[in-house]
Amino acid sequence: MSVDYPRYLRNDKLPLYWCPGCGNGIVLKALLGAIDDLRWEKDDMVMVSGIGCAARGSGYVDFHTLHTLHGRAVPAATAIKMCHPSMHVIVFSGDGDMLAIGGNHFIHACRRNINITMVVVNNWIYGMTGGQYSPTTPPGSKASTMPQGNIDSNFDVVELARGAGATFVARGSVAEPALLKNYLRKGLEHKGASVIDAISSCHTQWGGRNQLGDPVQLVEHIRNMTVSRNNADVLSREELTGKLVTGIFHQDLEKKEYAQAYAELSRPVEQNVVV
Amino acid sequence: MADVQIMNGNQLIAEAALVAGCRFYAGYPITPSSEIPELLARRMPEVGGIFMQLEDEIASIVAAAAASYAGYKSMTASSGPGISLKQEGIGMACMMELPLVIVDVMRGGPSTGLPTRASQSDYMQTRWGTHGDHMIIAVAPGTLLECYTETIRAFNMAERYRTPVIILSDATLAHLSSGVTLPPRSALEIVERQQPTVDPANYRPYETSPTNPVPPLPNRENFPRYRFHMTGLNKDATGFPTENPASVQADENRMINKIMDYTGAIESFEHYQLDDAQVAVIAYGSNANAARVAIKEARSQGLKVGMFRPITVWPFPFQQVMELGRKFKHIIVSELNLGQMIHEVQRALQGRSELHGVLQAAGTPIRPQQILQKIREVSA
Repeated sequence: MSVDYPRYLRNDKLPLYWCPGCGNGIVLKALLGAIDDLRWEKDDMVMVSGIGCAARGSGYVDFHTLHTLHGRAVPAATAIKMCHPSMHVIVFSGDGDMLAIGGNHFIHACRRNINITMVVVNNWIYGMTGGQYSPTTPPGSKASTMPQGNIDSNFDVVELARGAGATFVARGSVAEPALLKNYLRKGLEHKGASVIDAISSCHTQWGGRNQLGDPVQLVEHIRNMTVSRNNADVLSREELTGKLVTGIFHQDLEKKEYAQAYAELSRPVEQNVVV
Repeated sequence: MADVQIMNGNQLIAEAALVAGCRFYAGYPITPSSEIPELLARRMPEVGGIFMQLEDEIASIVAAAAASYAGYKSMTASSGPGISLKQEGIGMACMMELPLVIVDVMRGGPSTGLPTRASQSDYMQTRWGTHGDHMIIAVAPGTLLECYTETIRAFNMAERYRTPVIILSDATLAHLSSGVTLPPRSALEIVERQQPTVDPANYRPYETSPTNPVPPLPNRENFPRYRFHMTGLNKDATGFPTENPASVQADENRMINKIMDYTGAIESFEHYQLDDAQVAVIAYGSNANAARVAIKEARSQGLKVGMFRPITVWPFPFQQVMELGRKFKHIIVSELNLGQMIHEVQRALQGRSELHGVLQAAGTPIRPQQILQKIREVSA
């Protein structure tokens, strides 16, 4: 069944602000496909973003949308979920935004297990500001502020989110958009903090500096790195070096969701407030 | 029967917030503001509101602003070091035009400073702490009763003008406990944000009219059916970013004018024994109480002194102070810092009066004797 994408878009805002060939459009398309699968109403959807290329995504979707400050999408989304627990709250932002300047908020939202879906649009680079290395830039690869090759270790978003307490953690990529859509759908449906590490592709800023300036070639590169979780189980640590393992890594249905836990604290006595 | 409560300044601010309709609070622990979150942690669930202690000061201001976007009356509280961190969020709320109340229980500084000691050294920070041109409203309660009434007024102004409003309290007021007779609920005006009347499909979050520079904003009940976009980028009436120079300039001007055109309604001040005075003292917040004692003592010694006490400290009551300059040869400014409001006073006086300062940044309150001493000097 085909998805009526224009139904979910602010069509007057098109064309997209992203470079032709950017992976972010694939991630956004997969997300809208997942929402369409779920038949969720636009009035019930909230998308919050920080700053950066991916963060511009909130402007294109016909939901309740809030384009916040650099790194601050997660606390904004947390508040909105607490204010309107029946609404579906999505964070759609990049690796630099969510893991560097917003890293503290990210781990604490995971820990709280608040029912928001955090889509880390992870293209390994600060695209908008000109190709500086981010917390997910692969070691050795070049960036405008690491022209000799990156000496920083990179975050494994899956391990970070799981360690911090998120109760749904998956990784997909723009090389496998149908699978990515599935992971996003399962993350949206999950009642707790869900994190989807959505590997995107920036041929302009990361690719160009690393002999992968052609967008198709870069997606091919990501595809060649990809190993499904099931296949990865039989590979050694050495064999997995430089690989991108995709799949659903963690789902915990037992841990209490935060907005629910808070609601259970409440004993409204609004009628006879004593001041 | 009068409603008498024994409470400190922090508790009065927290209770007043609930009475004003605040149903979302997010904060991070910091001295000397702690009684505010402690009281709200207990009370919010009772009134169907939300209390959150978040991971840091930045998360707290952003969460409070986002709750306002989602239709809630919202507040955060902190002290100087935390307010420094919150400045980016204050700027975001200014740009997005989100009603929001921020309590700054001032302590000594800079840096970690004097956590348990009073100061008024955030006066300029509240006006100019965040980057970019913007206007802010700040109120400085001078008494425990005003901690209560000015908090309600802060919420009312935030909703009426769609803007952050800062309450400048300090460690002295915060921890001063006394019996306070609270006004009856029926005597309190509670302002709700203006609601859109257009169909949700036609709603634009920054659509103004020539007679109303403050656009309607959906409340908690209306939020789910009004879908709209907000951004920290310069925006046009639709809420989407623009770099059109004329549009940006007009919006920047409007954001300032929506406050400056209404200073008559926003300003609040006290004239204390100024009518026959020959010397005027300007003081605000808890420090004005020292000035009041000094003035009483001076008058008992035959010195005719009065006080101008700004309660709304931003926008600065420029016109009022300019008029003092026409009347008084000597004006004494006393504040618990090394000179912040005194610069605004100087600007307003335009050289008409001789300006004297009783300034202190020692962590201890200014004593009435110090102000009296200055009154004697200038009266001689």
